[in-house]
Amino acid sequence: MAGDTLTSSEYIKHHLTNLTYGQHSDGSWGLAHTAEEAKEMGFWAFHVDTLAFSILLGALFLIIFAKAAKYATSGVPGGLQNFVEWVIEFIDDNVKSSFTGKNNFIGSLGLTVFVWILLMNTMDLVPVDFLPELAKLLGVNNLKVVPTTDPNATMGMALSVFGLTLFYSFKIKKPGGFFAELAFHPFPKYLFPVNLLLEGVSLIAKPISLGLRLFGNMYAGEMIFILIALLPWYIQWSLSLPWAIFHILIVVLQAFIFMVLTIVYMDMAYTVDEH
Amino acid sequence: MNINATLLGQAIAFALFVIFCQKYIWPPIIGALRERQKNIADGLAAATRAEGDLELAQKNATAKIKEAKNQASELLAQANKRAGGIVDEAKDQANEERARILASAQAGIEQEINRAREELRTSVARLAVEGASIILKKEVDEKAHAEILDDLAGQL
Repeated sequence: MAGDTLTSSEYIKHHLTNLTYGQHSDGSWGLAHTAEEAKEMGFWAFHVDTLAFSILLGALFLIIFAKAAKYATSGVPGGLQNFVEWVIEFIDDNVKSSFTGKNNFIGSLGLTVFVWILLMNTMDLVPVDFLPELAKLLGVNNLKVVPTTDPNATMGMALSVFGLTLFYSFKIKKPGGFFAELAFHPFPKYLFPVNLLLEGVSLIAKPISLGLRLFGNMYAGEMIFILIALLPWYIQWSLSLPWAIFHILIVVLQAFIFMVLTIVYMDMAYTVDEH
Repeated sequence: MNINATLLGQAIAFALFVIFCQKYIWPPIIGALRERQKNIADGLAAATRAEGDLELAQKNATAKIKEAKNQASELLAQANKRAGGIVDEAKDQANEERARILASAQAGIEQEINRAREELRTSVARLAVEGASIILKKEVDEKAHAEILDDLAGQL
């Protein structure tokens, strides 16, 4: 439902602009009013909407699960505990099948990654105009509802995972072993600069592909919802309904892929190569 | 779509969430899961054991029943034997009794016969004497002919 005063491209642009808080060019701090203004704010600016929604959803996840954990019993479980146990067992199975090391921290990591991303992705199923229009009534001009369509959110998680893999690589293999893995593989030792280049690229590619895969999928999905929303209101449903149903698959699949890859990368950090 | 400090904010939030999860969510629930798993495994093991016990008890019971049956049939056989003995004894006694009664009856009959014969003998002798006296029209001296009469009676 494009507003009368907006052209299609303005409408799309509006929907793809985050609510940004940062330093204006004149030196004062505040919310950016246009995409250009947000761009000028540089690195030290925050996407308030991304942070707010992601933290709210993360808190929702933690509150529900913590409630189940508080009353967890090994006897007959209630409905909530049943559900939470089902999720946790699912994560635990994945960890067991992919992670060969011994670290009970991986389960929590996988659980947080999966449920948090799932919740953030699910925000995509809220009609695209619903929350932004509501925000407009409250005087907020830009609102991007789905945190995972913001590369900052996905890369923030991907880089965190990357940091963890580096940490465990150093811890398990010791710096020497980690260097050896990067330098003496796949070619013989005397070609170590080539090895280092190849392995370095593949090392850097992991977090980038991890973050951008999720971002790209959710961004594209959101974009299609926005394009559908440009159609006349009486035919929107015929496209948005099938796309939403299909998108349910993507929402879960992307959360699952991110979780599995996180576990696999952690496993790689733990596995000592035979070189 | 600018990369900015939101990245850091997300990373911090992520770290906090994971830590919270590791501290308050994962351990109790996975603990409850493991404990329930153990309980179920124990329960299944107990059920298997109970099944074995039941089988054993059934075997025992069957053996006991068999033993009792054997005893009962033994008792029955003994009782039958005893009853047969009693009946045989009674039969023997009855036979003896019969023989005794028979013997005494025969003795009585013999006595009766002898008496009747004696009576008959005397009456025949008298009849013969009377007949002869009638024929001879004279009184036969019984005393004189006692020898003849006795002889006659002895021939009868």
